[in-house]
Amino acid sequence: MVSGAWFVLTRLCRDRSAMIGLILILALVLCALLAPVLATHPDDLFELHPAKRLRAPSAEHLMGTDRMGSDIYSRLLFGARITILIGIIAVGASLVIGVPIGLLAGYYHSWVSDLLMRVSDIFLAVPQVVLAIAIAQTLGPSLPNVILALSVTYWPWFARLVYAETRSLQNEVFVESTAALGASPFRLVVLHVLPSIASPIIVRASIGMGFTILTAAALGFLGLGPPPPTPEWGRTIAESREFLPDAWWYALAPGLAIFLTVMGFNLLGDGLRDVLDPRLRRDRGRG
Amino acid sequence: MADLLSVRGLEVEFVTDQGVARVLDRISLRIAPGEVVGLVGESGCGKTTLARSILGILPMGAARVRGGEIQFKGRDLLREDPRVVNEEVRGRAITVIPQDPFTSFNPLFTVGAQVMDLMKWKSPHRAVAARTQRRWPAVLHRYPRTRYRADRAAVLEALRAVHLPEPERALGRLPHEFSGGQRQRLMIAMALLPRPDLVIADEPTTALDVTIQAQILRLLRQLVKERGVSVLFTTHDLGTAYEICDRVVVMYAGQEMEAAPTGVFFDRPAHPYTRRLLESLPSPGGEIRDIPGEVPSLIAPPSGCRFHPRCDYATTECRADRPAERAVGGQHRVHCFHPLGSA
Amino acid sequence: MRILALLLRRLAWFIPTLLGLLAITFVISRVIPGDPVALIAGDTATPAQVEALRRQLGLDRPLPVQFVTYVTQLVRGDMGTSLYTTRPIADDLASRLPATIELTLAAMAFSILIGIPLGVVSALWRNSVLDHVLRVITVSGLAIASFWLGIMLQLLFAMRLGWTPLNGRLQGFPPTTVTGLYLVDSVLAWDWTAFSMALTHLALPAATLAFPALATLVRFTRAGVLDVMQSNSVLYEHAMGLPRSVIVWKYILRNALTSTVTQIGLLFGILLAGAVVTETVFDWPGIGTYAVNSIIRSDYNGVMGFTVWAGAIFMIVNVLVDIAQGFIDPRARPS
Repeated sequence: MVSGAWFVLTRLCRDRSAMIGLILILALVLCALLAPVLATHPDDLFELHPAKRLRAPSAEHLMGTDRMGSDIYSRLLFGARITILIGIIAVGASLVIGVPIGLLAGYYHSWVSDLLMRVSDIFLAVPQVVLAIAIAQTLGPSLPNVILALSVTYWPWFARLVYAETRSLQNEVFVESTAALGASPFRLVVLHVLPSIASPIIVRASIGMGFTILTAAALGFLGLGPPPPTPEWGRTIAESREFLPDAWWYALAPGLAIFLTVMGFNLLGDGLRDVLDPRLRRDRGRG
Repeated sequence: MADLLSVRGLEVEFVTDQGVARVLDRISLRIAPGEVVGLVGESGCGKTTLARSILGILPMGAARVRGGEIQFKGRDLLREDPRVVNEEVRGRAITVIPQDPFTSFNPLFTVGAQVMDLMKWKSPHRAVAARTQRRWPAVLHRYPRTRYRADRAAVLEALRAVHLPEPERALGRLPHEFSGGQRQRLMIAMALLPRPDLVIADEPTTALDVTIQAQILRLLRQLVKERGVSVLFTTHDLGTAYEICDRVVVMYAGQEMEAAPTGVFFDRPAHPYTRRLLESLPSPGGEIRDIPGEVPSLIAPPSGCRFHPRCDYATTECRADRPAERAVGGQHRVHCFHPLGSA
Repeated sequence: MRILALLLRRLAWFIPTLLGLLAITFVISRVIPGDPVALIAGDTATPAQVEALRRQLGLDRPLPVQFVTYVTQLVRGDMGTSLYTTRPIADDLASRLPATIELTLAAMAFSILIGIPLGVVSALWRNSVLDHVLRVITVSGLAIASFWLGIMLQLLFAMRLGWTPLNGRLQGFPPTTVTGLYLVDSVLAWDWTAFSMALTHLALPAATLAFPALATLVRFTRAGVLDVMQSNSVLYEHAMGLPRSVIVWKYILRNALTSTVTQIGLLFGILLAGAVVTETVFDWPGIGTYAVNSIIRSDYNGVMGFTVWAGAIFMIVNVLVDIAQGFIDPRARPS
């Protein structure tokens, strides 16, 4: 397994766009972790300076100030924390829910499997945003509720993926022979099935981060995200609308932040897919 | 009689992740009119690359032709205008029977549509495209009604010749509705319809059931002999070569080793590799005699005669230079410093 | 006959899935903390009045019974009453549906008509400058938040350049309603002012909505074409000297399109999801803004109604795509 991971890393390093993605993600993580240090006005998370509102970008305020006079740059940095938190927990939770469900459904051939897959079909039948809106609106705008709404609507992707892979693996000889040798289902699944399906799961998780962050931003934009003064990126964009076109920086900055973040995850995800699963390889441009 | 096709000193390289593979090393090949020539060799020896080089359909980015010439009916195909080659040679003077009948048809169009499309461009009744016609993209050209009817009749005729049941209905069917053997018969028909001079059959029976292989082979031989068409027949199976070829050429790792008329080839092989190949055929006694060693990498191939690492008779000469062609008798030629049956 | 069999099979999947969706939205809508009945009744209502209201709304009966009533009402087209407008939700949604359909269709047409040829060209001239530019655009397309893109487009084209109106669907009177689609209706009524007005208003929202869909289509078409280009059938066609334009535009395109049709179904999902947000940005009077307004006003009936509609429409489109696939790819037809 370790040598496999090393192999993947070295191959990945050769992929320029994946490396760009990795750099973007690392930048995001750094911003989030070091926000108090990197921010020029860390107190602007809570403090208001109405006198300084809606100022254009300058040396003092790198990305200008918002309607409360707070430094946009600093608030963006803290907003990175929210973004990462939402992404990791939501995708992580979807993984934790979806993978076991997929394994169960894939391993056993009973009405339970059909039921589980039917349920995930329902979730997959509706665009994630729509369901997330319904759930988040019911529960009320807050950070945990957003994460909950996203997790509940994203797990079916993992479940379906794992189900399909498990079913196709069952036809593989090595699974049949291991089972014939008397291995318990649990042992079979953990030691043999999981490593084989790890790759598609990793790829989907990486691409899922991008989608989840976009959906979270959309929820924030619609007012369903964590309430002020939390500097969530989507909400910041919503706030900025009434001050356009004059305060253009107010809308530009958080949007670019979202763009770069999601871009990073998408590029990395594509690169991972190319390395881990040659079957899905998109064209690399050679003869 | 002048050769129909004469490949001389052809050198082809492939660019790969691991380096440059010298797939064809100054290879030569001759085919006379009306002759069925078998090109025999293990997988990876370059048979398919040679076939593709003749047709000019090597993958553009990866493959490079380093040297040599391919003389066909008085023209060097390597130096000819590619558009002329596409128009007059491919699908007309030289046609193809592909290895895999399962994937060589387009799955979304009926067999009839695909055959008639071929006839639209390659029918013997079609005059070579005049320069004026070239202004419009080909996909917009119409199919003249009268020629269409004549061509269709010829197609049905051809389908009957390959013993395809119910030719009329067959034209309206999709490729996946036919068995492998039937599809290969279709391929044979399509290869002969443009009235070619040469048919390149690239392992045409490899993908088929053993029981059908012999049928297809015999059909092919019968049809080409009737029409006086030459065939370049590549295969890794000596038995198949024996069935239908007039002459057999053996390739190994991008070099040709020996060329002889079929009977002579199987009775009195001159090249050590050929003899090993023949010995490795399953014998009635049930022994299996493999050739020791492995097929060499083409990125760093052995010097001189590429078989020398596995050859019992190898000497320093064999390592130094590629042996020149030597006549063993009449049509029998070999590239070896120590051909069998000589001093 | 084969199509009928396909339809029946799809229906067998569609109905339980739809019921499942209804169950989920039903559960969600009943899981509200706090007492919605009290909210509706108002501050001044007495407990007795609240109870009476509860009985009247049928909210005192056991959940399964409520669910059955909910479904039967739904089948009859009754989606309940908006807690805010006190009008039947079904009416509200129906009146707003044409706007969303027009927007979605425009976005779809835009992305298909531009996306597929670009994908083909990108594959044919692989690694050219055009290909690289397109690849950058397509990767960005999936990373841009569509609400932000809409705002930026508004900023540039409406506010700064003044080329298009800022929002809304129309200024002045709409053409006589035939289909509810302003572009179509204005042509039918020969009202060219209305047509150009509707068009300029449609431009930015459609472009915003189309962008991620366009990116996806270009990617998939490119991959599809490249895939087909490597196939044995193309090799054979090439070996037999068929003219290049015939191979590309007749054979390769057809093969690549089969996978693209599935993508169109996927596309619709992207578009529908994007419509909610895009409509908000542009004040487009469709069911998306209805959903968002329902959110703001805590009108959970409205949100549930929208969810059911959106889900049902999405599923129907999937069924239609399946059928279309049956036509395009003869191998997919049940034989």
